[in-house]
Amino acid sequence: MITILTNKILNKSSTPSKRADGRASDDLRPFKIEAGVLERADGSAYLELGGNKVMVAVYGPRELHIRRLMQPDRAVLRCRYNMAPFSVDDRKRPGPDRRSIEISKITSEAIMPAVFLERFPRSTIDVFIEVLEAEGGTRCAGITAASVALADAGVPMRDLVVACAAGKSDGEVVLDLSEAEDKDGEADVPVAIMPRTGEITLLQSDGHLTSEEFEKALNMAIDGCMKLSKAQKEAIIKRYGD
Amino acid sequence: MVIIIPEIIKESLNNLVKNGDRADDRSFDQYRDIVLETGVIDKAEGSARVKIGKTQIMVGTKSQLGEPFSDTPNVGVLMTNSELIPMAAPDFEPGPPDERSVELSRVTDRCMREAKVIDLEKLCIIEGKKVWMIFVDLHIIDYDGNLMDAAVLGSMAALMNTKIPEAKVVDDEVVIDEEKKIPLPIKEKALMCTFAKIGGELIVDPSLEEEQVMSSRISIGMRTDGSICSMQKGGMQPLTKDEIIKAVARSKVLTKKLMEHLPQNKQ
Repeated sequence: MITILTNKILNKSSTPSKRADGRASDDLRPFKIEAGVLERADGSAYLELGGNKVMVAVYGPRELHIRRLMQPDRAVLRCRYNMAPFSVDDRKRPGPDRRSIEISKITSEAIMPAVFLERFPRSTIDVFIEVLEAEGGTRCAGITAASVALADAGVPMRDLVVACAAGKSDGEVVLDLSEAEDKDGEADVPVAIMPRTGEITLLQSDGHLTSEEFEKALNMAIDGCMKLSKAQKEAIIKRYGD
Repeated sequence: MVIIIPEIIKESLNNLVKNGDRADDRSFDQYRDIVLETGVIDKAEGSARVKIGKTQIMVGTKSQLGEPFSDTPNVGVLMTNSELIPMAAPDFEPGPPDERSVELSRVTDRCMREAKVIDLEKLCIIEGKKVWMIFVDLHIIDYDGNLMDAAVLGSMAALMNTKIPEAKVVDDEVVIDEEKKIPLPIKEKALMCTFAKIGGELIVDPSLEEEQVMSSRISIGMRTDGSICSMQKGGMQPLTKDEIIKAVARSKVLTKKLMEHLPQNKQ
């Protein structure tokens, strides 16, 4: 079962750089992914990335009770991104706000292309993303963990969607912005891809970038995704063997 | 979502108990394995992750400055909130807290409050104006029965783990020293023991399966000295006076054992 590490253990890097936590510009924060961590859920995953702690549960494919959402030819994929009240500095009031509603929507759109939804008409696959502790880049962490949880649930997929953000902080294009870098940073570009084809399933950009910088950030994010993708597969292999 | 429990399972669980046995071979006074970790969320002022069997709850505490209630101007505020998030079980729905969630947080809250676990008067900064408000948030992530005992155990551990910044009054203004963190004024410990009635017997720490077939339930909150600080009966069937008195006697022994899971020395 999962052991919860504290951030102090995670935030250790040896390569010197301009970044506050000492990472090189194309370094990810330390991370770990684990599959199958919950008893009740059909599939689950736990991910730590820097100070982020994200738990994902998948239920389904199961019966969809809300008729108006039902699709006659495919399943619907519903994601719910939720933050624990104690996950951030100032207590977050429980329940969805505008930010988490948007993240829920783009998350399900990021994952949907990879899932064989057409195999399960009139049903639903529910993905619950719970942010237990947030330290910048939770939406990407949520997507990466959600794919592992879907695989753990045995949902047939074309690929394991993986997400990672790049951005600009302190005038430099960097990978995987921490909370501090995101707050004072100039731009944040979360990207999700299907690593087998390299197709992009999520792209947002927030902040000011030149087109060269954007291209650099995008490439950097895709490289980051590839590293995380390896860890996703390892988590599933660890749980189920080769 | 309606959960259908086959009659055959109901009958076999009842029969097991009648023969002095349980589905997972526990004795009637035996808890499942308990794992308790504290300080697992750095962003929270205090936190705990508790597991009783496969039931798993994350508890985090947060502090905020606020105004006291007008009828108690010189005491701080302790608030407990729970979310039965849909992650934890297939029949938990997203949305505003339902009655189960409200009961859970209120029972946990009462147990802590009535036991006077925290010296709330020490959380008053300016009488009638500024007090500390302590939020205890219960995040249920895996539901496999007996949420109440896990919730109280987790809350107690999280409160003992909580450190809040020091607040001083300078010229009628509250000055908060974020650098200096002080532990909460804990002056008592209280935990909860829940029994389910199955096959005419009371068995402690019901698993999910046992909860689904139980005829009634009794939760007893107890302080270290064995005095009762809260109680809650649940379920559709009645309990006799005799059963309740016996449950109280048993919970005295059980609470003492449960206390051993709490970190002994306050940080």
